[in-house]
Amino acid sequence: MGETLAELTGRFKIDYGLSEEQKVLRYSIRDFAENEIGPRAEELDEKEEFSLDLVKKMAEMGLFGIVIPEKYGGSEMDYLSYCIAVEEIARIDGSHAATVAAGNSLGIGPIYYYGNEKQREEWMPRLCRGEILASFGLTEADAGSDAGASKTSARLEDGQWIIDGSKIFITNSSSSISGICTVQAVTGQRSDGRKEISCILVPNGTPGFEAKKMTGKMMWRASDTGELYFDNCRVPEENLLGKRGEGFKQMLQTLDNGRLAIAAMGLGGAQGAFELALRYAKEREQFGRPIARFQAISFKLADMATQIEAARNLLYKACKLKDSGLPFTKEAAMSKLYCSEVMGRVVDQAVQVFGGYGLMKEYKVERFYRDYKLLTIGEGTSEVQRIVISRLIGCYES
Amino acid sequence: MKIIVLLKRVPDTETKILINQEGTGIKEDGIKYVINPYDEYAIEEGLKLKEKLGGDSKVTVVCMGVEEATENIRTALAMGVDDAVHIVDPALEKAGPFSAAAVLAKVIGEEGFDIIFCGKQAVDDDMAQVQSILGEFLDIPQVNIVSVFELAEDGKKALLSRRIEGGDERMETSLPVIISCDKGLNEPRYASLPGIMKAKKKEIRRKNLADLGFDEVPGKGRSRILKWLPLSKGGECRMIVAEEKADAVRELVQLLREESKVI
Repeated sequence: MGETLAELTGRFKIDYGLSEEQKVLRYSIRDFAENEIGPRAEELDEKEEFSLDLVKKMAEMGLFGIVIPEKYGGSEMDYLSYCIAVEEIARIDGSHAATVAAGNSLGIGPIYYYGNEKQREEWMPRLCRGEILASFGLTEADAGSDAGASKTSARLEDGQWIIDGSKIFITNSSSSISGICTVQAVTGQRSDGRKEISCILVPNGTPGFEAKKMTGKMMWRASDTGELYFDNCRVPEENLLGKRGEGFKQMLQTLDNGRLAIAAMGLGGAQGAFELALRYAKEREQFGRPIARFQAISFKLADMATQIEAARNLLYKACKLKDSGLPFTKEAAMSKLYCSEVMGRVVDQAVQVFGGYGLMKEYKVERFYRDYKLLTIGEGTSEVQRIVISRLIGCYES
Repeated sequence: MKIIVLLKRVPDTETKILINQEGTGIKEDGIKYVINPYDEYAIEEGLKLKEKLGGDSKVTVVCMGVEEATENIRTALAMGVDDAVHIVDPALEKAGPFSAAAVLAKVIGEEGFDIIFCGKQAVDDDMAQVQSILGEFLDIPQVNIVSVFELAEDGKKALLSRRIEGGDERMETSLPVIISCDKGLNEPRYASLPGIMKAKKKEIRRKNLADLGFDEVPGKGRSRILKWLPLSKGGECRMIVAEEKADAVRELVQLLREESKVI
């Protein structure tokens, strides 16, 4: 028989100068993901079911509010720890990694970073306990990569914002525990003639706000994705997040942070698919020997391992830059681009190693193959990452 | 109540153990080390008891192990254990159960104790002796392989169950007592993120043999492992294929007689 998963992962020893806490975190989340999420991932994916029960368990682990200070109910860890946690969940299942990544980066992030004390106190504790989830309403049917083309509008009238418009593909927005959405809306026109964009907090359940679950997804089927409709939806003026007109900047910063977690999903997913392929290749015999001993297969596995190692180094570096308070926008975009594309190459070759079996749902690698595809699209497509990087390396400067 | 939990760092149960060339130990390359799984039940039981009693109850982990065992101790602290003693001394690396028990008895005696939980055995060497020898050193009762534990109303006795062939054995014991824990006693919790952060501030008291007043390893030479040998490989399996059963039997008998010479 082949080696066990523990031996395989043991051989690819992960250190990277991690602190003792980060090592304890990795193995605790790994145990949790393998024992609690792993056994249910296939069924939840098949039924396209969002598991409140697993969200509760993930919340008990402290997986919501990872980087948030303790006084608001968070775990007060650094970004590298956050990414290690997401990586370890993604190694087992993309959907649940998505719930955690979106919950932290897009849900909790903006309310914590841009909210005033009252807003933080009102929302943070429940969000960090995982009693409710927050979402980030950015993308619209006609405003994807061109986020500035948003049409959803908010006008101030008698101390209330009146919001009209719609959002699409919004993670964590339409479950029974979705509690609040940070909505990007056009609140007027700037002096330079461009749109003035602001973020407004809209609690789920507000009259005129309808969140509809989107179904029929190819990937992340056990995560919650919603389509949001605002029709004469009124919230108090004080629900404005930060200052009026800062919405676009807030969105860009939120996405910078979010990219690290998406990169961690790519890295973890690639690691998971690679481990499955390596184990299978050592067990599966053809022509009288394990297929891992054929150069055609062993070279694929060698390439996977190499790319994963490079991806991990790039992402951890980006995290360390952020944790040190240094600029990290370029490295975050590079990590998101590289880790998601590495996962694409790894899942493609992993399914190839499995041959016919890799096409069957019974073999987990099939789920990794589907889950990967979001990563080159969500939170800025690979093309958008290349725009960000090419600008930052000076391509457009004279 | 002062609750002591014993912890040992062992190779992950899924590890394929390979003996080194000299037969003095195992190949350590790339092995992931974890808390002995049975010790996790001991930690959980200690934490449950503390949570039930509240007040100034305290759980202290005592671990004898290499430098790197701090990682495993930190995991126990992240699960909720209050503090820890780490006995680390190169001289103890090959210590047998008697020596380990003698050292642990010294530490536990200094720490004070009302109840001691440990795993029923460590999954590396499977000796399952330390707890019993420790019971002798401390001169207290010791119950092995416990699957149900309950503190009596008066807090002075413990009610226990042991899973034995075909049933459960109920016992009652006075305190202090050493309980070795079996699977099924509880569901060990995971180290949560807030728990990991809290663990950073918890104290691990490091001690070596000299700190404990030992000039040399106690009971040195009482037991000694001569050599570790790899398992001998099983013989090859040969299939006898014949269209008629009688032919197959004839061939088998012939092979047993002429080749294996067993009949």
